[in-house]
Amino acid sequence: MKSLDELAKIRDSRRAALKIREGVPSATEKAHIMMCGGAGCISSKCTDIVEAMKECLAKNGIADQVQIILTGCMGPCDMGPVAIVYPDATFYRRLKVKDAEAIVEEHILKGNPVQRLLYRTPGAKEPTRCVHDIDLFKKQKKIVLRNNFYIDPTSIEDYIARDGYAALAKALTQMEPGEIIEEVKKSGLRGRGGAGFSTGMKWGFTAAAKGSPKYVVCNGDEGDPGAFMDRSVLEGDPHSIIEGMAICGRAIGSEQGYVYVRAEYPLAIERLSNAIDDARRYGLLGKNIFETGFNFDIEIRIGAGAFVCGEETALLTSIEGKRGEPRPRPPFPANAGVWGKPTVLNNVETWANIPEIILKGAEWFSTIGTEKSKGTKVFALAGRINNTGIVEVPMGTTLREIVFEIGGGIPRKKLFKAVQTGGPSGGCIPADYLDTPVDYDSLGALGAIMGSGGMIVMDEDTCMVDIAKFFIDFCVDESCGKCSPCRIGTKRMLEILERITTGNGKEGDIELLQELATTIKSTALCGLGQTAPNPVLSTIRYFRHEYEEHIKEHYCRSGVCEFKE
Amino acid sequence: MATCSCCCGEDELTKQLDKIIEPYRGQPGGLIQVLTKAQELIGYLPKWALISIAKGLGLSLQDVYGVVTFYAFFSLIPRGRHKISVCAGTACYVKGTKMVTKTLREVLGIKPGQTTPDSRFTLEVVRCIGACGLAPAMIIDGKDVHGRLEPEQIPQILEQYA
Ligand SMILES: Cc1cc2nc3c(=O)[nH]c(=O)nc-3n(C[C@H](O)[C@H](O)[C@H](O)COP(=O)(O)O)c2cc1C
Ligand code: FES
Repeated sequence: MKSLDELAKIRDSRRAALKIREGVPSATEKAHIMMCGGAGCISSKCTDIVEAMKECLAKNGIADQVQIILTGCMGPCDMGPVAIVYPDATFYRRLKVKDAEAIVEEHILKGNPVQRLLYRTPGAKEPTRCVHDIDLFKKQKKIVLRNNFYIDPTSIEDYIARDGYAALAKALTQMEPGEIIEEVKKSGLRGRGGAGFSTGMKWGFTAAAKGSPKYVVCNGDEGDPGAFMDRSVLEGDPHSIIEGMAICGRAIGSEQGYVYVRAEYPLAIERLSNAIDDARRYGLLGKNIFETGFNFDIEIRIGAGAFVCGEETALLTSIEGKRGEPRPRPPFPANAGVWGKPTVLNNVETWANIPEIILKGAEWFSTIGTEKSKGTKVFALAGRINNTGIVEVPMGTTLREIVFEIGGGIPRKKLFKAVQTGGPSGGCIPADYLDTPVDYDSLGALGAIMGSGGMIVMDEDTCMVDIAKFFIDFCVDESCGKCSPCRIGTKRMLEILERITTGNGKEGDIELLQELATTIKSTALCGLGQTAPNPVLSTIRYFRHEYEEHIKEHYCRSGVCEFKE
Repeated sequence: MATCSCCCGEDELTKQLDKIIEPYRGQPGGLIQVLTKAQELIGYLPKWALISIAKGLGLSLQDVYGVVTFYAFFSLIPRGRHKISVCAGTACYVKGTKMVTKTLREVLGIKPGQTTPDSRFTLEVVRCIGACGLAPAMIIDGKDVHGRLEPEQIPQILEQYA
């Protein structure tokens, strides 16, 4: 593909073929069945259901009138396997192989949606058929996951039909590099990998930095243990990342990108590498893109299971094929990144926002969210919550809305105790603060962080001291060992927590933990150590009484810790 | 006479390993890619493979060894026919990883990191397999996710893997 006309032609013809997914009945096709192919649904054997559907379609002689597509994660993992049937956008959940026949013979052939497979809002008498009417989805706003209900992640044309690569075309033919950076700055987009730094400013620094070549890097390490948002983007809409990175390439004057993905995500690696191949074949990566003289290509680098490699300086050394040990900053990657050259490094979700910002404009984007946190945030809801899965909400949505309205609350009528955000670098937020709007600053004020989007819900059966121990144990395991505050300090903290949770805690242990925490935070080399004490500090802040009960009374109110007297 | 698959396979493995190394010859930056593929091929990273990789990419054996031991994903020792990875990510932990690991330890008689004497299973504990919605979860052979685990189901699940 060489010209904008060609892109428009592909878009229009493909869009016409996909009208059915926008609710327009087709003369030649009866239905498109979008089966969720996220990790959760795959593990509950959604591919067997697809096979059963295909058999049944063939038996009824309509195999050529129905398309079945395996999409990226649709979000409601707890209800899996789930599927959407177009044109009427019927949402089915908890499917089994034996349900394939009913869907084909009742719904597709006779037009009667299968009532027993529909979603029912808790407490409602009638089920809700259409996906667009279900509360759980209505409260969400999809920018990053804009395509997950609609496209086949293995089809570049599906992506193009949804205006894919139009933002790249615009950036290459209608915008100067400086204008692109200005637009991203104006949008207010902040990094979704945890720290929340202004993306536009980061690009500006790298564009201004001396040295060449320059590099564009995507952080797909997703190290927070309890989070799978980035995976759902990589698997469900890989082209959105490729497009975002290419736009940045143009803005900062770079011709080479790297995506760093963890080895534990083989499907994400496969989907992304196929997407890169397709983009090359369509001339959207490679030399002289849209005949503008702009060259850009992307390579995948595989992470091999070290949490610290999600930290930017460690990741950059790991890309070079070395031990992923962090180094002090400055110099920042903007000046000295991969192979010592100026580098922009952003998180997967940050990248997926870029095409929409360029296409619809900074003004549109900045109407969504709060004053200082614009746009949406994707969260992975898990733990003691009914609707586990992936959700995307505007910044400023309250924790209560996320946990109780979208997340459906706590199972088995148990009492909510806390929600943990930010993984091993974050903190626990107790019930008193459920009405806090979720944005970078208000979570920070509570001693938690936005983090990359893991949100783990805890109920009365979760012991907060045990959870603190869990996170510190994780950091001890993952400390790269380069600096002693982190290597030795976290180990000491773990020993104290082990003591407390087995009934050997001593008077003064809480203060000792706090003291160690403060020292580690101020002296560790990288973000891992600097943030490792956070889960302990935040549980002491809000659940000090639980620590005291463990120490003084050898009592664990959640019944988790076993005290050997 | 029955041929022994391990040693007679080595020639073939060497050839295939060379193929993996080829595109990265002389490029130390490709080390992690090559190691990942080599481990996929052989199942672990034996010394002979590390030596070929070091030579091929132009690195010292020490450099290669340093990288292999840094990343949890790589193994220097042979593993069982089936790899059980129990998730100890936050979501799974909150929902009962401890119980799952305890049951597995009892049923298999080994600790995480070990392989059963009959080389059938290797048990390991990993962080988040991305199936948090199905917590507590484990993944067998890197592809079969078993979620919402109850201790009673575990023996049955293991039976499916000979
Ligand atoms: C210990 C540690 C682990 C991290 N892990 C990740 C990660 O898995 N994914 C990620 O995007 N950022 C991670 N980060 C943040 C990165 O260092 C970096 O700030 C981020 O990728 C920048 O992208 P953004 O500006 O788009 O957020 C981690 C930071 C630390 C200190
Ligand atoms: S925490 Fe176990 S799958 Fe994510």
